[in-house]
Amino acid sequence: MYGYTGKILRINLSTGDVKTEALDKELAKLYIGGRGLAEKMFSNEVDAKVDALSPENKLFIATGPLSGTPTPTGGRYMAITKSPLTGTIASSNSGGRWGAELKFAGFDMIILEGKAEKPVYINIVDDKVEIKDAAHLWGKMTSETTKMLLEAEGEKAKVLNIGPGGEKLSKIAAIMNDYDRAAGRSGVGAVMGSKNLKAITVKGSSKPEIADKDKLKEVVKRSNAKIRENGVTGTGLPTYGTAVLVNIINESGVYPTNNFQMSTFSGADETSGETLAEKFLIKNTGCFGCPIACGRHCKVDEGIESGGPEYETLWGFSADCGVNDLGSVIKANYWCNEVGLDTISASATLAAAMELYQKGYIKDDELDGLSLEFGNAEAVIEWTKRMGLREGLGDKMAEGSYRMADMYGHPELSMSVKKQELPAYDPRAIQGQGLAYATSNRGGCHVRAYLISPEILAMPEKLDRFDVAGKPEWVKIFQDLTASIDSSGLCLFTSFAMTADDYADMISAATGFDYDAGSLLQAGERIWNMEKMFNMAAGIGQDQDTLPPRLLNEEIADGPSKGEKSRLGEMLPAYYEVRGWDAQGAPSQAKLDELSIK
Amino acid sequence: MKVKVRLFATLREDRGKEVEVEGKAGMTGKGLIDQMEISEEDVAIFLINGKDGKLEDPIQDGDVISIFPPVGGG
Repeated sequence: MYGYTGKILRINLSTGDVKTEALDKELAKLYIGGRGLAEKMFSNEVDAKVDALSPENKLFIATGPLSGTPTPTGGRYMAITKSPLTGTIASSNSGGRWGAELKFAGFDMIILEGKAEKPVYINIVDDKVEIKDAAHLWGKMTSETTKMLLEAEGEKAKVLNIGPGGEKLSKIAAIMNDYDRAAGRSGVGAVMGSKNLKAITVKGSSKPEIADKDKLKEVVKRSNAKIRENGVTGTGLPTYGTAVLVNIINESGVYPTNNFQMSTFSGADETSGETLAEKFLIKNTGCFGCPIACGRHCKVDEGIESGGPEYETLWGFSADCGVNDLGSVIKANYWCNEVGLDTISASATLAAAMELYQKGYIKDDELDGLSLEFGNAEAVIEWTKRMGLREGLGDKMAEGSYRMADMYGHPELSMSVKKQELPAYDPRAIQGQGLAYATSNRGGCHVRAYLISPEILAMPEKLDRFDVAGKPEWVKIFQDLTASIDSSGLCLFTSFAMTADDYADMISAATGFDYDAGSLLQAGERIWNMEKMFNMAAGIGQDQDTLPPRLLNEEIADGPSKGEKSRLGEMLPAYYEVRGWDAQGAPSQAKLDELSIK
Repeated sequence: MKVKVRLFATLREDRGKEVEVEGKAGMTGKGLIDQMEISEEDVAIFLINGKDGKLEDPIQDGDVISIFPPVGGG
C-alpha cells in the first residue's frame, strides 16, 4: 500500500501472542486512518458497554496515512479506546516523533488486548517485537522511565510511556511520548495502566511508500508556503507559542477564572505567551516534519526545565486556579507531565477542588496544611503531584473533577461535559464554541471543533460570537473537517493556513486514493456519525449533549462579556437537523446509508 | 479626546504594551492605527472595549482599544 504501511501489529498481553495483520484497504479508504479508521475497527471488535478498565477493553495506537511521510507536521499518532473518564469513544492525539517512528518500523497501528500478568513494556525494532519485564520501571516518573529505556534500547529509540497516574488508573491519566508530548485527554493512560503496560519503545528503518511523489512534492511545497506566509503559523505560533492566546481571550472577557466564576483574569498579561517568551523561554521545539515549531522549552529555578506550557495548560494552572505566577505554572506543568496526567483535566480538577473548598465542602482537615485557596501556587504544584500519586485528597482528584465533586454532593461544580473538563474558553459569550463543547463525541474539548477560530480570531472569516445564527452549520463543518485532518496524521494547526483542498490533494498523492474537498469532508462526517453510534451503544444519550448548569443559567459576572450566557437550547435542535439526526440526536438510517456506515 | 490602546504580540515591538493616544473628535479606527504607524495588514483583531470593532468604526473618548496581529493556537 501507499502512504500506509499496510500492516497492523496485534498484541495480546494476556497470552503474549504477537501477530501481524493486513490493513483493510476498503475500510481505510472510507475512514482515512488514525482516529477514523482505528475507531471504526475498535467499534467493530469491542462491545460498547465494556468496562473501560477491564482486560476486555482494547487500546489502539494508530497513525494516519501521512504520518511518517515528508508532509508538514506528519508525525502524529492517536490513542483510541473506550474512555474510563467519559464512557465515550476516545481518540487522543499527540505529536513528537514516536508516531512517525512506528511507521518507519513498518506498522500503521498497534492493537493492544488483554492484560499482562506483571508490568511489561514492548520493544519494537522493525518487525522484531518483544514483550519485556518492566518491574524496574513501574512507579517511575515519565522522564526517568524515558531515560532508562533510551539507555536500554539505544538512543535512537522513541519512547511512549505512562507515569504513576496511569499505573494507578487515574481517569485523567495521559500517555506521554518523547519526554513531554502527550496524548492527554480522556484517560487513555489509565487504559494502558490497566493492561500493566508501562511503555512502548520503537525504532524503524524504512519509509512509507508514496503513490505519486511528484504530486506530493508539489502539494507540500504549496502548503509549506502557505504555512510560512500565514500570520499565525508563520509568525504568531513560532514566536509566542500557543500561549499567545492568553491576552486575546482575556481581552474578550472569555478567559475562565477561578473555576469559571469569573471570565477575566487580572494576572493575564503577567502569565501570557509574551511574558513566557520574555522571561522563561529557552528555545522553540518542533515535532517531526513541522515547519511551525510552536513547542516551548522553558526553565525555572530549582533545576526545572521542560517542554510547555501550552495555552490550555497555562490557563488551567494560572487563571482557572487564580494563580498569578508563571514560574509556578511551569512547575505544575512539569510535575503533571512527570506523573503523567492530562494538564487540562488535572488543572481544572484542582480549580473545582478550590471552589469546593471555597464553599466549605472540602474541609481543612483533608488538606495536610496545603490550603486549596484560589491563588495558592504552592498548593497547585504539590496537589498536582499528589493527584498523580493518589496521595491523600489526591486520590479523589485522580478520578477527575466530576466524580470528585460528586463525592461531595456537588457535581455541578465540575466544569465538564460528559465528565471531561472544559478547556480555556468561556462558551457563554462564544455561542458556537458552546455548541461544539456540548456535542463533542469525546466530551469537553476544544479540538473537536475549534470555533474560536472564526468567533474570536477572525479565521477564515469573522463571526459574531454573541449570535447563534448559522452556528450549527459552522460546528458541523468544523467537526467533519477536523475528523479528517486528525485521521490523516497531520496536526490541526496546519488548518490555520491549509484548506480542505490541500489536505485532499496531500492524502490522495500519498495514498493513491482519489479524495477531493467534498469526499474528504464526507469522510469526516462518516467518522463523526460512526463515533456517535458507538456512544449511543455505550449508553451516552441526548441528555449528555449539554453544558454545566453554571454556563446555561448564570450570566458572566465581569468584563466585556458581562451578562452573557449560553443559548445552547436554541442551537441544539437545529444542529441535530443539520446533521440529519432525529430530535433525540440519533442518526437516521438514511444518513447512515448515505455515509455507507455499516 | 483620549483613548487607551493596548498592544499585543509583535505589535509591542518598539511601541510598548499600552499607550495613551490623543486624537481628534470623530477619529476612526483607521485614523488611530495610521497615527500610531501600524499598517492595516498587521491588524487581525481590533477590539473596542472588548467587543469586535471595525477599522471604520468611530472611536469615542475614553475607549479602550486592543489590537492584535494574527494569533492562534489552542
